[in-house]
Amino acid sequence: MRRLTSHPILDISSQPTITFTFEDTILEGVEGDSIASALIANGIVSFSTSIKKHRPRGFYCAIGNCASCEMNVDGVSHVRTCITPLKAGMMVKREER
Amino acid sequence: MKIYDVIIIGGGPSGLCAAQRCAEAGLDTLLLDRSPSLGGQLIKQTHKFFGSKEHYAKVRGIDIAKLLQEKLTSFENLTIYTETTVVGIYEDFVVSTLHHNQYKKVQAKAILCAVGASEKFLAFENNDLPQIIGAGALQTLVNQTHVVPGDTMVMIGSGNIGLIVSYQMMQAGMKVKAIIEANDCIGGYKVHASKLRRLGVPIHTKSTIKRAIGTDKLEAVEIIQLDEHYQEIPNTSEIIPTDVLCISVGLSPLHQLTSMLNAKSAYIQELGGWVPLLDDTYQSSVPGLFACGDMVGIEEASSAMMEGHLAALHVCAYLKQSHPQAAELIPYYENQLYELRNGIHGAKTLKGILKRKEAMNAQ
Repeated sequence: MRRLTSHPILDISSQPTITFTFEDTILEGVEGDSIASALIANGIVSFSTSIKKHRPRGFYCAIGNCASCEMNVDGVSHVRTCITPLKAGMMVKREER
Repeated sequence: MKIYDVIIIGGGPSGLCAAQRCAEAGLDTLLLDRSPSLGGQLIKQTHKFFGSKEHYAKVRGIDIAKLLQEKLTSFENLTIYTETTVVGIYEDFVVSTLHHNQYKKVQAKAILCAVGASEKFLAFENNDLPQIIGAGALQTLVNQTHVVPGDTMVMIGSGNIGLIVSYQMMQAGMKVKAIIEANDCIGGYKVHASKLRRLGVPIHTKSTIKRAIGTDKLEAVEIIQLDEHYQEIPNTSEIIPTDVLCISVGLSPLHQLTSMLNAKSAYIQELGGWVPLLDDTYQSSVPGLFACGDMVGIEEASSAMMEGHLAALHVCAYLKQSHPQAAELIPYYENQLYELRNGIHGAKTLKGILKRKEAMNAQ
């Protein structure tokens, strides 16, 4: 997992850092991140677990359609983290199963 | 509750073009999109488009998204809500929306759906492991948010999206270990495939994925060769360690919103799956409910834009507020679409559109 620092086509300018909480850990993301992209940049790829068998679920569609990335954000359940912009101070958790 | 002339659902290439035409005609227009930014899939497409100048050839998708949005800035009669998901449409064209955990209802005299498509999935053992990612999603993660989810990847599917996304991941520094294709030939344009082959990426035709390997996340994939009947050939499997598996096996139209209003639909394989039936004015079987773009048949962003213009011009006529240039623009865009679908790749689409029309007339 890493963030791009240069790219042949895209303009990669460094963005201001945003601090947020995942479970009990304080992590850093950047302005322009979705919650999902900030988690992946921090090496977290398991966002939820399946309801019956508790199998890990990750990032799949990135258009808010597949429900694989739904998490609990600031106490609100089933937030689609792939289309929700990261904001400072967010409390992000896996849903309790 | 505010009543608009038209609500356009989906701010991708089709919806943005539609919004421009509706606003130009003076309609009180509301454009809704569930993403934080407009442009749909264009906003992570770093590649240059093909076609002619009218289809934004040689312009990158990311720049087309900007150009389309610039055309919307001057209208007072156009309202845009992003991060707004439509959760229901009712018979009286009340649209229920969800924005930042708040429900809000709006109403319109006509609705134009341009919600696009979702990625198809593939059945194989452990296909639900984290780090198995759709091609469009991987493109969003890397090209839009600039996060690279691993050092290595394997791509399933050699259509244009599979090939283009593989190349783009190499531009972002990933190593593409293999591209896997079940058919006996590469699906996408030769120019894209050749570019990857020159860079040493193996493209395995007549192969598929047998299973993904890993416990908490993907660690490797097992691929296997297929015979001419798409059956696995024993003792030909190979295990490839990889951080990411990308799935690019086609798109399904998102027909659910028009189906919510009982608009008649049909399964048309050539168009990618279930699609709403339409008349020649992009109107569904429900009067005042229109649809365009990938949700009425999987094509390319270029045709989605043309359809957006056309559908909007017909919406204006339906609302008896014709666009001032409708007489020139309708034949112009119809001709553009004809040109786009005139090649070998367009034949399938044309067949699907004919089926869609026949099914509509049979109703």
